[in-house]
Amino acid sequence: MEFCSNLLAGAFMVGGVFFMLVGSIGILRMPDFFTRAHAAGKIDTLGIMLFIAGMIVYEGLTLVSAKLALVSIFVALTSPVATHQMTRRALAYGLKPWVRPGDETAEAEEPHALGD
Amino acid sequence: MKSASTSPIIQVAIRGLMPVIQLVALYVFFHGHYSPGGGFQGGVLLAVSVMLGRLALGMDMSQVVFRTGIAVGLSALGVLIYASTGLAALLAGGEFLNYAFLPIPGLDPPGLRNLGILLIEAGVTVGVMMALIAIYDEIVDSRGEASATATPEPEARRMEDVRKPREKGVDPGPEGPERTPVAP
Repeated sequence: MEFCSNLLAGAFMVGGVFFMLVGSIGILRMPDFFTRAHAAGKIDTLGIMLFIAGMIVYEGLTLVSAKLALVSIFVALTSPVATHQMTRRALAYGLKPWVRPGDETAEAEEPHALGD
Repeated sequence: MKSASTSPIIQVAIRGLMPVIQLVALYVFFHGHYSPGGGFQGGVLLAVSVMLGRLALGMDMSQVVFRTGIAVGLSALGVLIYASTGLAALLAGGEFLNYAFLPIPGLDPPGLRNLGILLIEAGVTVGVMMALIAIYDEIVDSRGEASATATPEPEARRMEDVRKPREKGVDPGPEGPERTPVAP
C-alpha cells in the first residue's frame, strides 16, 4: 500500500518536473514577452501544483498535507493573476505582441489601449 | 498606482486574497513560538495585504481598509509596546527585556517569558506593519506630486467607471511619462 502511494507521489513529481521543464524551454525559446509570460505563468502553476500534489500523496492525510493543499490553492489563485497583471502593464506601456513575420493582417491591427 | 486597476480579474482576486493573507499573517505571528515565523514576518504579511489593496483598488478605495496618515503614529505605538515591556522588566528588578521579572502576578518565570516574548512580538508586528505602510504611502504621495504636473489625474476614475474602456491614445497611466515605451 505504501509502495503504491509512493509510486503515485513519484508519478506526480515526475509530471511536475516535466511541466517545469516545458515552461523553462518555453521561457528560453518563445519570441516575445507575452508568449514567455504565458509559458512562465501557466506551466509553472501546473508544475508547482503537481509537485504539491505529489507531496500530499506522499505525506498521507495529516496536518502537513492539509497545509500543502492550502498552498496549492494559493498558488493556483495568485500565479495566473500575477501573470495577467504583468502582461496588462506591458500592453499598456506599448509593448507590441509578436506576430509572425509577413503576416500583414495581424501587423496592421492596433493593440488594445489599456490603462490602469 | 493611485487609481484603481481597470481589470476586474485583479480587483476580485485581490479582494479575495487580502483577508486570507491577513489570516496567514496572524497564523505566522502566533505560531512563531514553534515554527519559523514571528513578529517581523507577520507584520510584513499584514503590510503586504494592505499594499495589495492600495495597488489594486486605488488609493481612494483602499482608505476603507487602512487610512493614510495613521500608520506613522501606530508604528510608534509598536516601538512603545516593545520598549515598555523591556522597561517594565527593568523597573521590576531585572535587566532590560528580562521577561522573568515582568511585574505580572500569578505566573511563574516560564509563563512570564512566554508572555513577554508574545508582547515583544506584538510590538514588532505592529511596528513593522505600520512602518512599511507609511513608507509605501509616502512613496506614492511623492510620485503623485511629481507626475501631477505632467498628467492631470482625472478625479472621476473611481470605482464607478472602472468597467468603462478608455479611448485609444490616452496616457498610459500615472507613471507613463516617466518611462519610455519599450520598442517591440
